[in-house]
Amino acid sequence: MLSVCFKSIRPVNRSWLNFSYQLVNNYATASEASFETNPCKLHKLDQGPSTNVTVSRDDALKYYREMQMIRRMETVAGNLYKSKIIRGFCHLYSGQEAICVGMEAAIKKEDAVITAYRAHGWSYIRGVSILGVLAELTGRVSGCALGKGGSMHMYNDNFFGGNGIVGAQVPLGAGIAFAKKYTNADEICITLYGDGAANQGQLFEAYNMAKLWNLPCIFVCENNGYAMGTSLDRSSASTTYYTRGDYIPGVQVDGMDVLAVRECTKFARDFVLKNGPILIEASTYRYSGHSMSDPGTSYRTREEVQEVRERRDPISKFKERIQTSNLATPEEIKKIDQEVRKLVDEAAEQAKTDPELPLEELYNKIYYQPPSNYKVRGCDPSILAPST
Amino acid sequence: MNFFQSITSALDIVLEKDPTSVIFGEDVAFGGVFRCTVGLKDKYGKERVFNSPLSEQGIVSFGIGIAAAGATAIAEIQFADYIFPAFDQIHNEAAYFRYRSGNQFDCGGLTIRAPSGAVGHGAIYHSQSPEAYFAHIPGIKVVVPRGPIQAKGLLLSCIRDKNPCIFFEPKILYRSAVEDVPFGDYMIPLSEAEVLSEGTDVTLVGWGTQVHVLRDVALMAQEKLNVSCELIDLRTILPWDVDTIAKSVVKTGKLLIAHEAPLTGGFAAEIASTIQSECFLNLEAPIQRVCGYDTPFPHVFEPFYMPDKWRCFEAVKKLVGY
Repeated sequence: MLSVCFKSIRPVNRSWLNFSYQLVNNYATASEASFETNPCKLHKLDQGPSTNVTVSRDDALKYYREMQMIRRMETVAGNLYKSKIIRGFCHLYSGQEAICVGMEAAIKKEDAVITAYRAHGWSYIRGVSILGVLAELTGRVSGCALGKGGSMHMYNDNFFGGNGIVGAQVPLGAGIAFAKKYTNADEICITLYGDGAANQGQLFEAYNMAKLWNLPCIFVCENNGYAMGTSLDRSSASTTYYTRGDYIPGVQVDGMDVLAVRECTKFARDFVLKNGPILIEASTYRYSGHSMSDPGTSYRTREEVQEVRERRDPISKFKERIQTSNLATPEEIKKIDQEVRKLVDEAAEQAKTDPELPLEELYNKIYYQPPSNYKVRGCDPSILAPST
Repeated sequence: MNFFQSITSALDIVLEKDPTSVIFGEDVAFGGVFRCTVGLKDKYGKERVFNSPLSEQGIVSFGIGIAAAGATAIAEIQFADYIFPAFDQIHNEAAYFRYRSGNQFDCGGLTIRAPSGAVGHGAIYHSQSPEAYFAHIPGIKVVVPRGPIQAKGLLLSCIRDKNPCIFFEPKILYRSAVEDVPFGDYMIPLSEAEVLSEGTDVTLVGWGTQVHVLRDVALMAQEKLNVSCELIDLRTILPWDVDTIAKSVVKTGKLLIAHEAPLTGGFAAEIASTIQSECFLNLEAPIQRVCGYDTPFPHVFEPFYMPDKWRCFEAVKKLVGY
């Protein structure tokens, strides 16, 4: 596993030397900067995304802030879980922030996204507030699914969840892309799954249909190295996930580099609107265990996790970039960090104290417009309520 | 020994005595998420205890192949909630293999283990009790143990039974249930319910975790109503033991069945229907079913959804007051 990490670490470091702006200054004087990213690996493509990416100061600060927001939210979610305020399940996105932030920056609001259960970062970037995520986890009415779904089940406009069953969302994503094409919407669907789900049979059924009908679908494998407790080389006969669509072209991108992800997604978005599906493998890493019940240390070493934190972390790497290129000063960064901390802490406090849904909600939203005399069977007559 | 250790103990015995036996599933090589296979890979090697990809349909169908070739396949589905991608394989392939091949082929050596049931905070996809779906499939056996001693004996029977078996392990019991489990090899017969305490007024039937709830209900009924309950653990859902329950109902005239799965189409419906047919003239009150609600398994409302002792106690009152 370590060898996989190192493979992508080395070129990243080299690219740090290629900044257009190398002066360090106390004032952020640059309004934009260009960087060289690692070239993507390509499958059945003559040309891939550009390796020269430009980012404006405003965008850079936005991406930094969004990634920090997610990181802090996940830290707080982890703590809430440990103090038993969040019960059940909780899958943290820490380490993978650059993927959702980079992709969102390259698509339109009207484009669709569907993902699996590691959904907190994606929920936030698709417009769910920090409170909406945390309160869903704590089962409060201010949660984005009113606390009814809990962990994994998070939704927003054009964000189709938040899906708990491994791989089940992938054919849905192809269906969403079909609807986009059918209605001539000029929009796409990003369909995400993990390296573990990549072995579910239904993915291959979805690939086939997506290519057969040339649907505007970007399949994204967020490869964080581990399918629950099993490393990828022990679960997958082929670990080059970007090639596993066979007849579907593929790109492997450095998922720890927000700008590379953004560039790759722009490329993919154009591509799928013209040519049908593409597959992106975003190489990344998860710092926490699969879920909160997994310490994440029985199948990998602490040193490995530490190594990634030090050498590949998407946030500290990006921070260093925008500082050395003079897009932002250390003071500005610090100010963002403080704001983020404050906002997340406030949301966490509210997620602890907001009320739960009234009990009637237990019976509602099982069917659309149930018959007026419909009662949910099995209920205690003393709390029996009609279903709406 | 707690519940998960009793499972490990049963698997250990099988791996030691049956050289054709293999264990596979998601993360089983490092012990599984509930620790049921801890140490087995180290003891028996990675050729016999191995991780599979995240592919439930693949796990079950692979197991059918192993068993069809004459070996003993013990497959783990990480949560019963995830078993549905494998439903087609269990239903159309595993269960009917013997019948459709005129007994030339079968996959009797296949046992599928899956943690099931409520755990207090599992929400929609880590709490379900899907036994009734599988009770509709002739050709497989479905078993739910109530505690560590039962788990070991019933699991050994399932593994050695010449029919494909599904073994649902109530996950809340893994750590909370502790008993003096015999270290040696023993089997508990399938398709035999067990009368846990004799009574004269009301028959209570449950399986898995619900047996413990009903035990409390029996005590409450005795103390508060002076009602004597006969408590039965069904143990095997398919094929199920009609006799033991019918005999009890002939004696008591009143029957309560409780399970965590939703009411409509739950296995209590099958029991109630059969008993009213077998014991029609003995029944003194309508059979009571206390089950989960007909809602998806809820998140924060789990305490309301559960067929807890208070809801069951109310049903006992209804039975004796009829």
